[in-house]
Amino acid sequence: MTKLLDVRDLQTHFLTRDGVAKAVDGVSFSLDKGQILGLVGESGSGKSVTGFSILGLVDPPGRVTGGQIVFDGDDLVAGGEPMLRHLRGKRIAMIFQDPMMTLNPVLRIDTQMVETVRAHEKVSRAEALRRSREALVQVGISSPDERLQSYPHQFSGGMRQRVAIAIALLHKPDLIIADEPTTALDVTIQAQILSEVQELCVKSGTALIWITHDLAVVSSLADRLAVMYAGRIIEEGPTAEVIANPRHPYTRGLIDSVPQGKRHGAMLTQIKGMTPSLLNLPQGCKFAPRCPRADDACLVEPSLAPAGADRSVRCVHPHDEPPGKVLAP
Amino acid sequence: MTPDLILQIDGVSKRFSKDLDIAERTARTLGAKIAPVTVHAVDGVSLSIRRGEVLGLVGESGCGKSTLGRMVAGLTTPSEGKIRYNGQDVAGLKGAAARDAALKIQMIFQDPMSSLNPRMRVRDIVGEAPRVHGIVSRDRVPSYVEDILQQVGLDPSTGKRYPHQFSGGQRARVGIARALAVRPDFLVCDESVAALDVSIQAQVLNLFVKLREEFELTYLFVSHDLGVVEHISDRIAVMYLGRLVELGEAEDLIARPNHPYTQALVSEIPTFETGKKTYRAITGGLPSPMNPPKGCHFHPRCPHAHDRCRVEIPTLREVAPGRLSACHLNDRAA
Amino acid sequence: MTQVGISTPVRIDSPSRRIAKEFLEDPVAVIGLSLFVLVALIALAAPWIAPQNPYDLAQLNIMDSALPPGETSFGTNMTYWLGTDQQGRDMLSAIMYGLRISLMVALISLALAITIGTVVGVTAAYFGGRLDSFIMRVVDLQLSFPAILIALILLALLGRGVDKVILALVIVQWAYYARTVRSSAIVETRKDYIDAARCLALSNRRIMFRHLLPNCVPPLIVVATVQIAQAIALEATLSFLGVGVPITEPSLGLLIANGYDYLLSGSYWISLFPGIALVVTIIAINLVGDRLRDVLNPRLQK
Repeated sequence: MTKLLDVRDLQTHFLTRDGVAKAVDGVSFSLDKGQILGLVGESGSGKSVTGFSILGLVDPPGRVTGGQIVFDGDDLVAGGEPMLRHLRGKRIAMIFQDPMMTLNPVLRIDTQMVETVRAHEKVSRAEALRRSREALVQVGISSPDERLQSYPHQFSGGMRQRVAIAIALLHKPDLIIADEPTTALDVTIQAQILSEVQELCVKSGTALIWITHDLAVVSSLADRLAVMYAGRIIEEGPTAEVIANPRHPYTRGLIDSVPQGKRHGAMLTQIKGMTPSLLNLPQGCKFAPRCPRADDACLVEPSLAPAGADRSVRCVHPHDEPPGKVLAP
Repeated sequence: MTPDLILQIDGVSKRFSKDLDIAERTARTLGAKIAPVTVHAVDGVSLSIRRGEVLGLVGESGCGKSTLGRMVAGLTTPSEGKIRYNGQDVAGLKGAAARDAALKIQMIFQDPMSSLNPRMRVRDIVGEAPRVHGIVSRDRVPSYVEDILQQVGLDPSTGKRYPHQFSGGQRARVGIARALAVRPDFLVCDESVAALDVSIQAQVLNLFVKLREEFELTYLFVSHDLGVVEHISDRIAVMYLGRLVELGEAEDLIARPNHPYTQALVSEIPTFETGKKTYRAITGGLPSPMNPPKGCHFHPRCPHAHDRCRVEIPTLREVAPGRLSACHLNDRAA
Repeated sequence: MTQVGISTPVRIDSPSRRIAKEFLEDPVAVIGLSLFVLVALIALAAPWIAPQNPYDLAQLNIMDSALPPGETSFGTNMTYWLGTDQQGRDMLSAIMYGLRISLMVALISLALAITIGTVVGVTAAYFGGRLDSFIMRVVDLQLSFPAILIALILLALLGRGVDKVILALVIVQWAYYARTVRSSAIVETRKDYIDAARCLALSNRRIMFRHLLPNCVPPLIVVATVQIAQAIALEATLSFLGVGVPITEPSLGLLIANGYDYLLSGSYWISLFPGIALVVTIIAINLVGDRLRDVLNPRLQK
């Protein structure tokens, strides 16, 4: 079976006044049709830049400086802007944390959606409107005709994000890249959107990259997880296995840091120190200065190596045993 | 037997109203139907906080939890009701007594960057108030500041730096040090860990737990994140559109939520359940606080709503020992 | 307890050093700055470096009246590089002394106007409400009249004099600073660090001037550079119109006015050279101001 998306050794660098920040440094992963990948990391890990790189949306001073992004057989890095312009919005769609990145505040929803449809396909206005209506229904908007007549400022944050998702769905894309789309929303709204997105992907066979800082959110959504740290993927594998038996000390630390289901009022297991600056990364394993298992062997950077069936980890001393305690309440 | 109460919030309301401008007033005299917009950010909330406890205050955006926190911290005054600190109405205090009461209640803010003055060095940010208020003598201020920085886990030598030279987690620590420097006994934490990365959030939560023991602090911990609140709080209060809907012991409230809204919140805490979870999402979005539903504010989204909920505001009453809930369903069961 | 932040790899540059560095990256701005420093130095050192004291009548020779540039004095062997005026005064020296007056008037009025404007602007922003509305209506009223008109009326009432020109300039200019400071102070007042300072029971005065004000300085600097050029030009205009500084303390504007009568009789140098000095000064300040605006504007920064 051929991969829908195959990212190989992606390098995205930012040339700043103070040096070269390697925001993404040798990231490789792949995605099948209809698969959901959770791309997890803290701020500065390069997770969002990875997503933006795929669509060629990295703004200067940032630039994709190396690697390949093969989408359905075509290399997007080599193809550059002309190729991307064809794919963007049609076969690959993006959902941003702030829905107003997608929505134009001065245009009515119907105008925006019809324009989006007709940008890639020659269809009549009526047909475009019909498809827009359909997309709104798909994302769980109950009165689509009324919504189509409205302006973005008349919606709540959750409703705006739904409309943005509906716009992303207009061309029935093969791949959606979602960058923290529910982070700014309230929990009850987040739950609604998660359930709808999940259902849509299953029904339509759309592949999804869900970028987030919140492991818990993707744990119930994604088929596979890739955990990023300092511009690299440090652990990758099927969600259930990564959550149940995180092999990289960082992944394990992240899961332990989440307060849910821990003994009430007790100290949380914390990762010491802080995320390193991309301009001044430690030698060898980038996590070593914060890692409880680090020793001299970690001064040479490990590669992302297979660790068990269908999993890989970038660590000299990975954990072998699953953690002793129950994770979910 | 009354527990030792440090803070009593007594029927407190806060209304924000936007007055009409000249054009709107003119339109109104000409017969247009324009009324001044009033938002009940907080609507008749009564709540007592015991000395030494952590009270978690949760709710979604616009529920008034932050406004309530700001009133407790003295940053805004209630439109109605009283806030009593150690039995005294804080609004009635004057001069030195008012200042002392204000210093005893400090606030830890959400955004670690904007809550620190970018033009001041950390040692001045932390040391200014103790110096100005004469909490420590002038020559002892530097060593006092170093002590506090150490207590919040910062290297004392970082005192000469400016806020932009710190990471998010360190800035949060500076904000905590600034509050501790005036020797408070009550901290209002307004989404104090929301802006931090998960691994840093755990560090700061641990710091709160540690400081509570060392300084015998009482916390009002305001957050949208029920997971965080559950972890750190002794009791939890849940707000919805300006009203308190449920209050109870933390573990018990999470295990057996009474109010349908609390039930919804609890069921939607993201957990590490893998495999396709089916979300039992409560339907509908948050209603506008400018035009809240009549009766019980939650009824349009509530799966159990009946006729009474649409007209009558449920009162907060005891449904079990130590548990208060504002839901008409409790009358049905009884 | 673990200590964090011992090995922070962040840059230690202070904000002001970073701004200075960025400022110097633009060669045009560097030229502007050098020119301005040169002009300021000349003005400052005029009594020591000028070939003659143009207002010491004993040094003037009526025989040297209206000599074109490059002529030599009849009495002494001095060369008048920029010519002389009707009284036989060396124009080069007169310009140096004139610069001194022009800059002094502009800088003193700037300092006073900034002080008043800042206090008013910060007060309006911090307290808000009716006080703010009232102050800003006064500012609007002030700004709705042309500056030159207000200055002319004031000087017509007060009479000539350096102090009166300064007063007129302050009255004309304070409103610009008040408006600038208020708009940035309003943004800053909403930030959490002001709330934090209020939580710490610091006095309003301390919060306004120790916390709020330092954070409103960048836009103030930009406006100040524009306004100082305006002040110099306005003072020159007033003096040219004969309501500004007295004849005993001539500024560049008065020098230009003095030469104006002789422009048609061919003695172009009496007006031209003070005019060039005025233009160079104003351009230099504007170049510096433009660059400062770019460097200090957070929206243009990466």
